[in-house]
Amino acid sequence: SGSNFSTITVCRELHEMGFHVSHSQITRLYSRFTSLDKGENGTLSREDFQRIPELAINPLGDRIINAFFPEGEDQVNFRGFMRTLAHFRPIEDNEKNKDPTASEPLNSRTNKLLFAFQLYDLDRDDKISRDELLQVLRMMVGVNISDEQLGSIADRTIQEADQNGDNSISFNEFIKVLEKVDVEQKMSIRFLH
Amino acid sequence: MYISHLWERQCLCCCVNSVSLSIPLPHSLSVSGIIAKELSSLEQEIQELRASGTTLSSEPEFEMADIMYFCRRGVESIVDDEVTKRFSAQELESWNLLTRSNFNARHISLRLSVLWGLGLFIRYSFLLPLRVTLAASGIGLLVVLTTIVGFIPSGWTYLSEKIHLMSYRICVRSLTAIITYHNSENKPKNGGICVANHTTPIDVIILANDGCYSMVGQIHGGLIGVVQRAMVKSSPHIWFERSEVKDRHLVAERLSNHVADKTKHPILIFPEGTCINNTSVMMFKKGSFEIGCTVYPVAIKYDPRFGDAFWNSSKFGMVNYLLRMMSSWAIVCSVWYLPPMSREEGEDAVQFANRVKAAIATQGGLVDLLWDGGLKRGKVKNTFKEEQQKLYSKSSINATGWPLK
Repeated sequence: SGSNFSTITVCRELHEMGFHVSHSQITRLYSRFTSLDKGENGTLSREDFQRIPELAINPLGDRIINAFFPEGEDQVNFRGFMRTLAHFRPIEDNEKNKDPTASEPLNSRTNKLLFAFQLYDLDRDDKISRDELLQVLRMMVGVNISDEQLGSIADRTIQEADQNGDNSISFNEFIKVLEKVDVEQKMSIRFLH
Repeated sequence: MYISHLWERQCLCCCVNSVSLSIPLPHSLSVSGIIAKELSSLEQEIQELRASGTTLSSEPEFEMADIMYFCRRGVESIVDDEVTKRFSAQELESWNLLTRSNFNARHISLRLSVLWGLGLFIRYSFLLPLRVTLAASGIGLLVVLTTIVGFIPSGWTYLSEKIHLMSYRICVRSLTAIITYHNSENKPKNGGICVANHTTPIDVIILANDGCYSMVGQIHGGLIGVVQRAMVKSSPHIWFERSEVKDRHLVAERLSNHVADKTKHPILIFPEGTCINNTSVMMFKKGSFEIGCTVYPVAIKYDPRFGDAFWNSSKFGMVNYLLRMMSSWAIVCSVWYLPPMSREEGEDAVQFANRVKAAIATQGGLVDLLWDGGLKRGKVKNTFKEEQQKLYSKSSINATGWPLK
């Protein structure tokens, strides 16, 4: 049937990307994808994601949803859905499938950090400005922290991270700040069977 | 017709007895989901992030890594969340030979296909016509007899009880519902309210098969309206006009008056307000728990292997649903009558409702959720997001003692 064909193709593509997910996992995730796809047109819109109550109450829900959509697009297909989820596969699974010629897998430490970096980087210009940091902070705390305190927090954070003096945080500076954080554990989801 | 039905019932009873009706584990403990979810709280996770952070001050305010908590939680909920799956039929581990239960288009061998074809033949050419005839007779009898009894001025309680019970029994037969009632000593008594988890309109028939209840609901047009108007002639059911349904004060008043009269049967209410797929119990609306009478909780659990009873009202209309029910193998369920509960000192209606809900969930082996069944159709309230923001602010940023706004 049609769905079986597309899951096999997606499986192969993901393997090439270094995302070694089992066929049964893809089937389950495809089933999840179709259950979210209320319009039944093979793609998900932002509204489809917002219908998940636990995501709707997540303070950073909109930023996370945004990560699934490529620049300027309003629909994501199953391939794109899996590609984004691929970032969250645990890193230790890569050991079994070590292929020196393959490109860096989507779930490497660097790519996980890039995912987190892009949650802050609202305009996708590869730097986190003070303004962007403030906006994201405001999303996380709501009305509970005053503008002054939030401003001082943003200033302190940039001061500690910024090394080249441009008053914003680049991706390399971001990596340095988080070098002691157990990114592998914090940004991984254990898929069953 | 009677003899063939007996045979059918015996066959199915044998099947049921040989496969024990196991109570499934609550979802958070099972591994049948897609992912293994972390059960740690926001505070715990923020602490862990702090421990591996880089700030030297003794009271760190904010870490850039904090975002990872929300990020992972968000993606986990995209892959598998607790709410949206409650509004569609439960997925089975193994196939029960009904096409409608075949979710993942898994490969079906020739032998299985033959079995399925045979099953299809039996179900549609034998079981379905039999059941439809029975159902029609049951409903027809209900309408006719209750109207007749309505004309008899006295002695009608006894007769009307008998008529209602008989009609419901015929309806139960027409669905081939095999029901096991547990703890019948706790059966609801007059002057109380019976609350149960809601999966399908058939819940009413399942419970009314074993006792007399007063129903509560909106009066409809069409065939259902005819049945409702006939029923109320011989027994004091509580039907509301559509306009009256919104008036909570009026509803509460009519319910209170009903329970105050000890000659009237217990009221049957489904506090979830909507059909859920029988894997969980969702938020109970507090209206019925404010009245102040004894509450008799009842847990209903359907065995999905013989036929999925859940009514997905956004997918199927009522007639379509009933036909699907009548062409399944059987409706097998267990009903547990729980000990009566009353509101305790210092407990408000919401806490009482949650206590009753927890008791029903535990008995039926269902997941106890705080989420509102109304999320089937509506959006979640913003206050929940605000709570998350407040929690984060308190546990991480406010450590330096700046006052919260």
